Amino acid sequence: MTDDHILEDKSHFRGVWVFLEGRAGGLRDVSTQLIGEGRRLADLRGTPLTGILPGNGVDALAERAIGYGLDRVIVVDDPMLEIYRSRPYAQVMAQLIRRQKPEIVLFGASKNGRDLGGRLHAILETGLAADCVKFDIDAEGNLDMIRPSFGGKSLAHILCKKHRPQMASVRRNVFVAPPHNPDRRGEIVHEQVELSEQDLDAKLLEFDEFTKEGGLRPEEADIVVSGGYGLGDPKNFQLLQDLADRLGAAIAASRKAVDSGWVPKTLQVGQTGMTVRPKLYIAVGISGAVQHLAGMQESDKILVINIDPKAPLFEIADYGIVGDLFEVLPELIRQLDALKGGGVAGQPALPAEAR
Amino acid sequence: MRIIVCIKQVPKAQELQVDPVTQTLKRVGVPSEINPPDANALEIALTLKDHHAAEVVVLSMGPTSFDESLERAVAMGADRSVLLTDRILGGSDTVPTAYALSETIQKIGGYDLILTGEETTDALTGHVGPGIAGHLDLPQITYVSEVRIVDHTIRARRTAEDGTEWWQTDMPSLCTVNFGCNKPRSPTLTGKIRVKRGGVIVHWSCADVGIDPKKVGLLNSPTIVAKVDTIRLPPRAGRIFSGDAKESVRALLEALIRDRVVAP
Repeated sequence: MTDDHILEDKSHFRGVWVFLEGRAGGLRDVSTQLIGEGRRLADLRGTPLTGILPGNGVDALAERAIGYGLDRVIVVDDPMLEIYRSRPYAQVMAQLIRRQKPEIVLFGASKNGRDLGGRLHAILETGLAADCVKFDIDAEGNLDMIRPSFGGKSLAHILCKKHRPQMASVRRNVFVAPPHNPDRRGEIVHEQVELSEQDLDAKLLEFDEFTKEGGLRPEEADIVVSGGYGLGDPKNFQLLQDLADRLGAAIAASRKAVDSGWVPKTLQVGQTGMTVRPKLYIAVGISGAVQHLAGMQESDKILVINIDPKAPLFEIADYGIVGDLFEVLPELIRQLDALKGGGVAGQPALPAEAR
Repeated sequence: MRIIVCIKQVPKAQELQVDPVTQTLKRVGVPSEINPPDANALEIALTLKDHHAAEVVVLSMGPTSFDESLERAVAMGADRSVLLTDRILGGSDTVPTAYALSETIQKIGGYDLILTGEETTDALTGHVGPGIAGHLDLPQITYVSEVRIVDHTIRARRTAEDGTEWWQTDMPSLCTVNFGCNKPRSPTLTGKIRVKRGGVIVHWSCADVGIDPKKVGLLNSPTIVAKVDTIRLPPRAGRIFSGDAKESVRALLEALIRDRVVAP
């Protein structure tokens, strides 16, 4: 069900919208990060910034969201919106957009954000740019949507000149969340959207939450230790874990290590995985395909450990060791233990079995 | 039951290299493959076919060079394939692509399940699968690793942000499939023979399908690529140590502590 409405005068479209996603009573951090960037764009366009919050009983969350820099929040409160579902959420967004005609709509490039944006842009027949890393406003007032193109070695500027709204998704951790200001005042507007039982065309049977097993998530950690094909065997990830434990680091992996079935896909860094920007990224046995760079090149510091001095990743390394990781990692662990626990160099402070 | 799998032919990712002089991607002469997540979607379709009476139809949109991937899909076990191929489709972004594929799916007709990869490795948007579901007004389950058919319903295991979900929908519905969730089978000898005998690929133009020429192609795409910048990576200190492991590690830790990257 599509419609042909869009090519009306685009000057009728005003305002910047941010699709808000809740998580455990708060906002998902990609949403707070989007509010920060949305604020900047709304100010550049001299237009208000609105958060869109579909859900069930989400007024308190809407209140809180304003503190990150919104002018108003449109709440659509309906028991049918209790959890994210593609069709009812797309219906809500499509109807609100047709009614209120925003010029820009931003989504987090989360699983649900991409699920929603993809369905919605086909219903509205308007432009959607995926995984943007930067925005500008061009001389004609269009949103310049900038995203990595193949391999992350170049940036493509995407414009949506004739159609409105201009829609884009943004990955987590690309923008920095603004501080929360509890004194900020904004408007909360309740909108009704017609939904019927037919809109509940998918039923959630089961949900298994990812456990915190395996420790920190790479996207949240200050230090990430990432393993590649050079590890040679899944059991050698224990070596990485031993190093990560000493640094308070999260474990991640290259696509090759994931493709080999050594570690789950949820740990994959790179173009088809996650984007991380830790203070220190330690790449072990990863040669550095361009697709991998796309997911980690924004790290503050990069340390590369690889036996091949010609590994491309050395070109963007701040620090590197050319050597056999099976010699270098145990040595690194030993020396870290010696520094920290006052242990004797050459002996771990705690034997692996004791942890 | 009829399962339609949408695939795209893409340049092989691991063969892609950046030209050190121009800093652009070398695309010429790069071998092609079935977009890897689409191959995972095809494997799910073929697994369902192993257990249920199903016809697997593979659909693609692109130049006739895509026949290579369609033939491979048939050699792997698909029953037949359709290539929507027309010059006026050139430069289509995800909106006309989802529209044109939806129209073609309707012309194929009689479908119970549509599968696509989660995204393509050359464009990386993930918009076309949900876009088709939006056009055809179908239930959608994205990012799935497993699909079952239970009592004429679709059940699919979805990887969400914070966990794994099992969803159920009526048929027909559309699922997008996680990259790497299974190991796509190899072409079989019988499959190759079927391809060799011919007649496994049908070519349709936009006119054949009834696609509105005013809704496809570069000029009818909402988005354009205005320009492409090469990323200049920030200069890195590049202190690389080699030789004896003990010495290298000592020098490294000294540098890390001095630069306050790790606390002593």
